Amino acid sequence: MPILEVNDLHVEFIVDKKKIRPLERVSLEMNSGEVLGMVGETGSGKSLTAHAIMGLTSLVGGEIGGSVTFEGKDLLVLSEKEMQSIRGSQIAFIPQNPMTSLDPVYRVGDQIVEGLCKQVKIGKQQAKQQVIDLMGKLRIPKAKQVFQQYPHQLSGGLKQRIVIAMGLCAHPKILIADEPTTALDVTVQAQIMLLFKEMTMARNISLFLITHDLGVIAQVCDKVAVMYAGNMVEFGRIGEVFSSPRHPYTKALLQCIPRIGMEKGSLAAISGNVPSVDTYPSGCRYHPRCSRADSLCKKTIPTLLKIEGDSRVACHHYLDNKD
Amino acid sequence: MGKLIEVKDLAVSFDVKGGLLLRTIGTVTAVNNVSFSINTGEILGVVGESGCGKSTLARLILRLIEPNRGSVEFNGTDILKMSKKQLRLQRRHMQMVFQDPYSAMDPRYTIFRSLSEPYQIQGVKLDGEDRHQKIVDLLELVGLSSEHGYAYPHELSGGQKQRADIARALSLNPEFIILDEPTAALDVSVQAQIIKLLEGLRERLKLTFLFISHDLSLVSYFCDRVIVMYLGSIVEIVDADLIGETACHPYTRALIASIFETVPEQKNTQASLEGEVPSPFNLPPGCVFSSRCKFVQPLCHEQTPVLEETPDGGQVACHFPLHEIS
Repeated sequence: MPILEVNDLHVEFIVDKKKIRPLERVSLEMNSGEVLGMVGETGSGKSLTAHAIMGLTSLVGGEIGGSVTFEGKDLLVLSEKEMQSIRGSQIAFIPQNPMTSLDPVYRVGDQIVEGLCKQVKIGKQQAKQQVIDLMGKLRIPKAKQVFQQYPHQLSGGLKQRIVIAMGLCAHPKILIADEPTTALDVTVQAQIMLLFKEMTMARNISLFLITHDLGVIAQVCDKVAVMYAGNMVEFGRIGEVFSSPRHPYTKALLQCIPRIGMEKGSLAAISGNVPSVDTYPSGCRYHPRCSRADSLCKKTIPTLLKIEGDSRVACHHYLDNKD
Repeated sequence: MGKLIEVKDLAVSFDVKGGLLLRTIGTVTAVNNVSFSINTGEILGVVGESGCGKSTLARLILRLIEPNRGSVEFNGTDILKMSKKQLRLQRRHMQMVFQDPYSAMDPRYTIFRSLSEPYQIQGVKLDGEDRHQKIVDLLELVGLSSEHGYAYPHELSGGQKQRADIARALSLNPEFIILDEPTAALDVSVQAQIIKLLEGLRERLKLTFLFISHDLSLVSYFCDRVIVMYLGSIVEIVDADLIGETACHPYTRALIASIFETVPEQKNTQASLEGEVPSPFNLPPGCVFSSRCKFVQPLCHEQTPVLEETPDGGQVACHFPLHEIS
């Protein structure tokens, strides 16, 4: 049984008395110990998916539909109080920007301890010792000293490790990380990503990784969900998605990425822009930019089809592996 | 191919003030004795992590910052010795596209007005209709239409703004353009559009580019040669097409190894570098990379390596370049 199952998830907001749906038709499942990646461009609904799973969108007035099943329980029908007992201790969340998610006026160690004491019944001293141990495991040099420091005294890479420690400290079953390495330099990104993988494997944590970087997905994840304009367009094992993408968007996106040793002039681009939520086109939202689009794509919204095992694709004319 | 730009021993450092009396308590070396040349029609890339001096170097070449020493020759004349008036005329030939398209345009000006500013500043006499036509031509050249000219920056998408920014840089028919991370704020599909646009413009207008980026894959794809910088110094200059095979500075190799390729079968299993870029505040003697280098020797802490020719036609600043070790 999958540890997390998301079925036909959507989020609805009311803006100027009009209903808008920045997120629709998201279905995926995640098995215990798996690393699942979600990739997409700006405004594709990646972060919103994470917030919806954590039940955070209802706090800002969003209406969530569909179902999010965690260990057999539907999270969407739980009360806020019940949700609080799951957040952090069962499903932890690492927000996008480590620079702004730490409180500048508290010592970083105390910030981790605070979270741990909220989630687990544990004494302050014991919690402190656990946090210092964890910081050491995250290869933070001189963990005892860093524990006493304020966020501005730490480098970007160290701050990111502190935020990871916050997510890991209560031994959650699922860790959702939203663009954890976007603000970091490449050499530091490589260190942090490998550390992430090592820590989640050692503790049998399922990792839900959100990123715009297909390279990170290819290197770290087992499965990938591709998002476009608030819809999930493709889902599958990374080996299959990268070697024979089924959705034309996934294929085009992979061809947009420059690589070392690539021949000059061979880079492909997708024409046009990603539509924003108030300009979503009719039918398939990718059709104005798609080379395979026809009149059917303009009129009818494609459903997220299940094909072979876990793979899913939302396209009227999806690419066959034999193509 | 002649040399369009020749940079010699360029250096700049900034004083850091502190304490009660705001005395100078140290210096930050932003660019340290940098020498290189750019050939006419070439795309030269500059790559490095944050704080390595890439953007400062760009500003020095355009003399937006005054260096402590060194020279920048453009077609044989040193622009650092020019008077203000000469420099202004010189700037027609050298333009810049900035990193953040969201702040590079005045939010209260329409695109038309922003694009007509270079003509006013340079005193180019063009009457209203001719100027309007010229700007429409420029917008079309970068893949926009005249309607976009009436828009304000906030009405355009990031990619459209970056196109407008490129159009502005092209307005005075420059020979040389510095592109400072022009795609860093854009999504990959839009980044690819802008790169293709720049490829086309270079071909049509016979431009020379200095392309600054933190993305080594992008630089190696787009450029002819690549300068690798670390803490204000050039550590290696290498042919872009052969960077995977011929790069021999340990830092360049580490940068290459840090790239997450979009090929799931080729997994990165080991971090290539430990630690982070040290502070540029009061640099110790010796090689700038010595504190993180896996192949460090006692000599590296004592003597600063200088750029030397490699057998593959590049240049490397390392006492023990990797082609000698292997």
